[in-house]
Formats: sequence, C-alpha cells, structure tokens
Amino acid sequence: MQQTFMVYVEDKPGVLNRVASLFRRRSFNIESLTVGHTETPGVSRMTVVMDTDDMTARRVEANLYKLVNVLRVENIAHKRSVIRDLVLLKVRATFETRPQIFQIVEVFQGRVVDVTGETVIIEVTGTEEKIDSAIEVLNPYGIIEMVRTGMVAMGCGDDTPSVNPEFVHASAVAPGPVQ
Amino acid sequence: MKKTGAQLIWEVLVHEGVDTVFGYPGGTILPAYDALLDYPIRHVLVRHEQGAAHMADGYSRATGRVGVAIGTSGPGSTNLVTGIATAMMDSSPIVCITANVSSAAIGSDAFQETDVTGITLPITKHNYLVTRTEDIVPSLREAFYIARSGRPGPVLVDIAKDALQRSIEFEWDDTPVRLPGYRPNLRAMPEEYERAIEMINSARRPLILAGHGVMMSNAMDTLRRFVDKTNIPVAMTLLGLGGFPASHPLNLGMMGMHGEAWVNTAIQEADLLLAFGMRFDDRVTGNLKTYAVNARKIHIEIDPSEINKNVRVDVGIVGDLRETLEELLPKVAEGDRSEWINYITDLKGDSAVRDIQQLPDTGHLYAAHVINDLWRLTAGKAVIVTDVGQHQMWEAQYYKHDYPRKLITSGGLGTMGFALPAALGAKLGLPDEEVWVIVGDGGFQMTAAELSTCAQEGAKINVAVINNGFLGMVRQWQEFFYNRRYSATPMRSPDFVKLAEAHGLTGLRCTTRGDIEQVVAEARATEGTVVIDFRVEQEDAVYPMVPAGADLHAMIRRPYSPLVETSDDPAK
Repeated sequence: MQQTFMVYVEDKPGVLNRVASLFRRRSFNIESLTVGHTETPGVSRMTVVMDTDDMTARRVEANLYKLVNVLRVENIAHKRSVIRDLVLLKVRATFETRPQIFQIVEVFQGRVVDVTGETVIIEVTGTEEKIDSAIEVLNPYGIIEMVRTGMVAMGCGDDTPSVNPEFVHASAVAPGPVQ
Repeated sequence: MKKTGAQLIWEVLVHEGVDTVFGYPGGTILPAYDALLDYPIRHVLVRHEQGAAHMADGYSRATGRVGVAIGTSGPGSTNLVTGIATAMMDSSPIVCITANVSSAAIGSDAFQETDVTGITLPITKHNYLVTRTEDIVPSLREAFYIARSGRPGPVLVDIAKDALQRSIEFEWDDTPVRLPGYRPNLRAMPEEYERAIEMINSARRPLILAGHGVMMSNAMDTLRRFVDKTNIPVAMTLLGLGGFPASHPLNLGMMGMHGEAWVNTAIQEADLLLAFGMRFDDRVTGNLKTYAVNARKIHIEIDPSEINKNVRVDVGIVGDLRETLEELLPKVAEGDRSEWINYITDLKGDSAVRDIQQLPDTGHLYAAHVINDLWRLTAGKAVIVTDVGQHQMWEAQYYKHDYPRKLITSGGLGTMGFALPAALGAKLGLPDEEVWVIVGDGGFQMTAAELSTCAQEGAKINVAVINNGFLGMVRQWQEFFYNRRYSATPMRSPDFVKLAEAHGLTGLRCTTRGDIEQVVAEARATEGTVVIDFRVEQEDAVYPMVPAGADLHAMIRRPYSPLVETSDDPAK
C-alpha cells in the first residue's frame, strides 16, 4: 500500500543526501520525495511516498530516526490527510484545439499559465489520480514537456505534530507484535 | 584566549579524556600534527591508515572508551574506510578525524582531495564536514557524544585545512551537547514489559540469546542474576562471548554457523527465545523460514531499527539492556527448568565424542589444540584478538571466555587484517593486560606492516599465526561446496620467524602439539612483541557447520573417523 511519511529534518547541508542514501542503502524504493521549508526556521519538511507494507514502513521510520538530523517522522498512511501533487504540462495547442484544451483545464480546475501560438502551459494540482487522469485526457493533443513536483502531504485536524517533541516514546518507533 | 583550529582539536580530545590517538600525517593535516606536540596525547604512527582505524577500534573494545584515528585528506581518508565499516558493523565507538583541502578548493578535484563524508556516509553513525574554525569544537564534541551513546558507532569529522589554520577566540564551554534529532535513550512502554514477563514465566523451554549488547550496556552482572533466578540457559553470539561466563553451568556456548550443535538444536526446539542485545545476523539464524519456528520471541535491543528486521518477534523492547533487565528481574519468576536443561545436556554427549580434543595425539598440530592449550596456559585471562576465518571460529569454540571484553574480533564485517592492529590498540589501552593475537597466515599478511608499529611503540603482544598454507575458511567452503577445487586458496608465505626478526622482534616456530606449552611460555617470557609460526594441519575444517542459508539444524558435523591428513604428510 501507499505509505506517506512526513519527515522533519534540520535544514543543514547534506541532509537530503543522508535521507536519500538511507533509502538506497536499505533497498527501500521511493516513489516520490519532496522537500521544502516549514513554518519553523531551520527546519525543512520532506514528504516521502513509497509503496510497501506496514512492516517495512515501520522499518523505514525506525531507520529515519537513526539519522541525527531527522527531528520527527510521521507516517500518515492510516490517518486522514490531504495529499497534493502539482504538474506543469506544455501541450501542443493550435487555433482549433485551444478551446477544447481550455475546457479540459477548467474541468480539472487547472490554470493556463502561458500561451504561445502553438503551445500552452497548464498547471494542475490535486491528488495523484486526478493529475494522472488530466495527463491522460490531454495526451492526445500532444504533450511536449511535463514536470511534476511529487507529493506533499498534511494530516487533517488538530493533532498537528510538533516539529521536535522532547521525547518520542520507543513504541512510537518500534513496531508492535506481529500476528 | 586565541587558538588555532588545529589546537582546538587537541583541546577537545584532552577534555574528552583521550590519552592515545592512532594516525598518519600528511599535507592537509599538518597543522594539527604541529599543534599536537604541545598537548599531552600519545600519537601512534601507524603504517597504513586502515591500521589506525582498527587500532582505535581495538582500543575502544578493550577499554570501553572512544578510540581516535587520524588521517590526512585523499588516500589518508579513504584508507580508513575498511576500519570504519568494521567499527560500524560491530557498534564500536570510534572518532575519525581527517583533514581536507582548504574550503575554497573543496569540489575542485584538488590534489589529495576526496569527498570522504560522502564516501563514509553509509558506514558511519554520523559524519561532519567542517569548513569553519568556529564549528570544530561543537562538531568534535557531538562526534564523541554520538559515538559512545545509544548504539555506539563510528563518527567521522572531516576538517578543511584553512579551518585548522585560522585562529579564533576560545573558551571551554561545558554545556552538554544538544542534538534535537538524536534520541539515544529510548524506553519501552510498561505493557511491553508485562507481556514479556508473562511469556518468560510461562515458558517451558526458554533460551537466552546473549549478544554484544550485554557488554555494551554493562549488563554482565544483571544477566547473571537474571539467569540464576530464572534458570534459563544462555546461548552466545560471537561478539557476545565473555558477556556471560563460559564456565557458568547454564552457558551453552556459541550459536550459529559454527556454533555448538546442541545450541543450534536447542534454539530450534525452544518455545521462547530471549534475544538480549543481538541482531539475528544471518550467520546466527541460517534459513529464516525455518528458524526457531516453535518459539515465541522477545527482543530487547537499543536500536529500534533492529526489531523485526530479520526475525519477526512477539515482543520488542527498545532500550538499554541493563536497565531493561533490572526492570524485569524483580518480576520474573524463579524457575525450575531441569527437564529442558537435562534434555540439552544429553545433546552434548554426541558432540563430546566428536571433539577434536578427544582424538588421540598423532603428533600433528591442530589449530584447536593450539587455542585450547593457549586458553589453559593463560588461565583464560588474556585479551584475545582474532582475525577472520577458521582460527576465529576455533578460538570462539576452544578459548573459554569467562571475562568480558577479553575477546576482540571483527564479527559483522569479517575484516581480515583486523587482528594485529586491533591488538596493538587494545594493548595500548590496557598496558597491564596480556594480549594475544590469533590470526591466519592470510589475514596476518594483510596488515603485517603494523609489526613495525609494535616495534616502534615497544609494545608487548604475542602473535599466534595459525599457519596452514591456505586461506583456510575459503578452502573449507571449496572442500564442502566446490568439489575440492582449490581456486586461489593455497598461499605461500614468507618465513614469519625471519619477518619478526627483520622488525627487531622475536620469531618462534611450533610444529608439534608437544611443543605448544614450551613455545607459549617462551613467548610470554620474551620482552617485546613475539610472532609464533604455528604450522598446523593444512586441510582441517571447522565443525559443526551450517552451510550459508541452510536450516540451523542442518549442520555438517565432524566425522568420527580420523582427521584428514595433508598430502605431503610424512606419516602417510
């Protein structure tokens, strides 16, 4: 199943490398990894998505905690959350096809951010599935170029994790019994 | 007071209580070596930086303190790599300090520049690239703290040359190191303890698997009280040997690939395994699918990532082993396990008649005899540093360790060439202890250059070379699994007696069992390092053996029939 980790890290040189190296070294397969600033200066937040079972997900979490620069890890796979991806698509758009494309963009609640005589650049945000279907629908017009950010995620409701709790209980890291 | 970055290194080391460092100078680390002369720290000039890392490791394992290795940039750093990986696999706390080219030149492929923080990222617990003089003290203090806390391990600090040369205003600040993302002292929830206690008290055939963590957390005494109260027999991992006395009636001996047959059988028939500070290495478990399928499992381990990594357990307790056992001890019931213990004791009978010690003396020299006699002659009190291969397994089987930190060996990485430098490190850390190296002819030649370091330091260690003219363990695999096709395993060696003499040391030779006692006595009485060339049987094998990946109970046993004699044996 899809596991989504929110990883708070110290904003220091080489930290992305440490996280990426960990996944490579333990043969954990990343589907998507994004990183950016947070509300706290000096703290970055990564969203790491991988397709694996709960047991492996716990191992990933425990291994991430072993990195000195990792402040907090939370797997939101089993929690209510908002997950978003953003895509930029450069699509071939002639005088004839342009109105159709604009219509499709509207359906996906996307935006046209650049128009030239023969191309448009479209921006769509949403879940991975929504973006996949937008790409599918636009594909027949001719996709010249595409870039996706990868997924960013946030848990819903009030239980916002603190960036760096004083004490993380071992059982929050150590997996429980296996049935 | 103004200090250069180079001086700051030694300031930190002195504050950390470091008395000895192992290293090799070079272009970029020169400022640090210049400053060293003004500080009360002994520097041991190694002959290859790999030796420096192994010495720091051996020093650390013998003393329990953090060992320090130093190298220059480029090859000086890359040569440390094998030693760092060795320390990582065996959770050995060492700090490696390397210099790099000036910060402005980093990334330009300058002379002797290498990205050592990149190279060592997966084989260190943590590492630092320091480009500012201001960061030297905090980075080194953190390095020592990280190396020795939690599950210990190697930390590397790479410092740009210009950061060593610049001076800054400095005053020692005793504020404890604060690392917000580093939590070495995790503890388990009370429910986990309760479930563990319930399982222990209801088990009929329980078995403790004692690992390196017993010594790492100083749980020797606690474990002993735990065993004396519960009467649960104990099986040892290679690195666990010494953590529980070999002479204790409930110590069964070593488990795993070359473990005792009765131990492996007991594991497979146990109804509860108590894994104490060990990590279910593949050399310990064999085939995971058939490993201890009848047993429930409790894993007490300081590193959360080890729990459920190889073997799925019923209860995982994360925490310091000694503290955890102290917590459990009052709540576990006194147990009578005599039925289970008698069953295991009966299993031993068959092994005893196969034991090489029981075979008649044919006048030939077997490694097991050498090691068994050495154990007897040193009363089991020497610090034994072994290399990797057959001799390592025979040592584990025949040198009965009653005391902790007296066996130093490369377990996880299996680094040939480890023994001699690690032994020198151990000796310099514990100058009053008797230190013996047990090493094969292959591994000895990998780092034999450190004999020169032994001579220069005036260190007294005894080196028992178990010389069988082969890369013995690989040869054994070829014998068992490759139809005796001895590809690249016969090895011609120099005259080890003359090699020792060339270093100004003493060389001795022993070719028969009857001479062991006399040659060991001579070595112990001789001043300075002594190398003994034990010419042993060429084609002996370590038994029992669980082939790699096979079921733990599927052991190859030593045949009852006479041992294999070599073809050039005059008795044949």
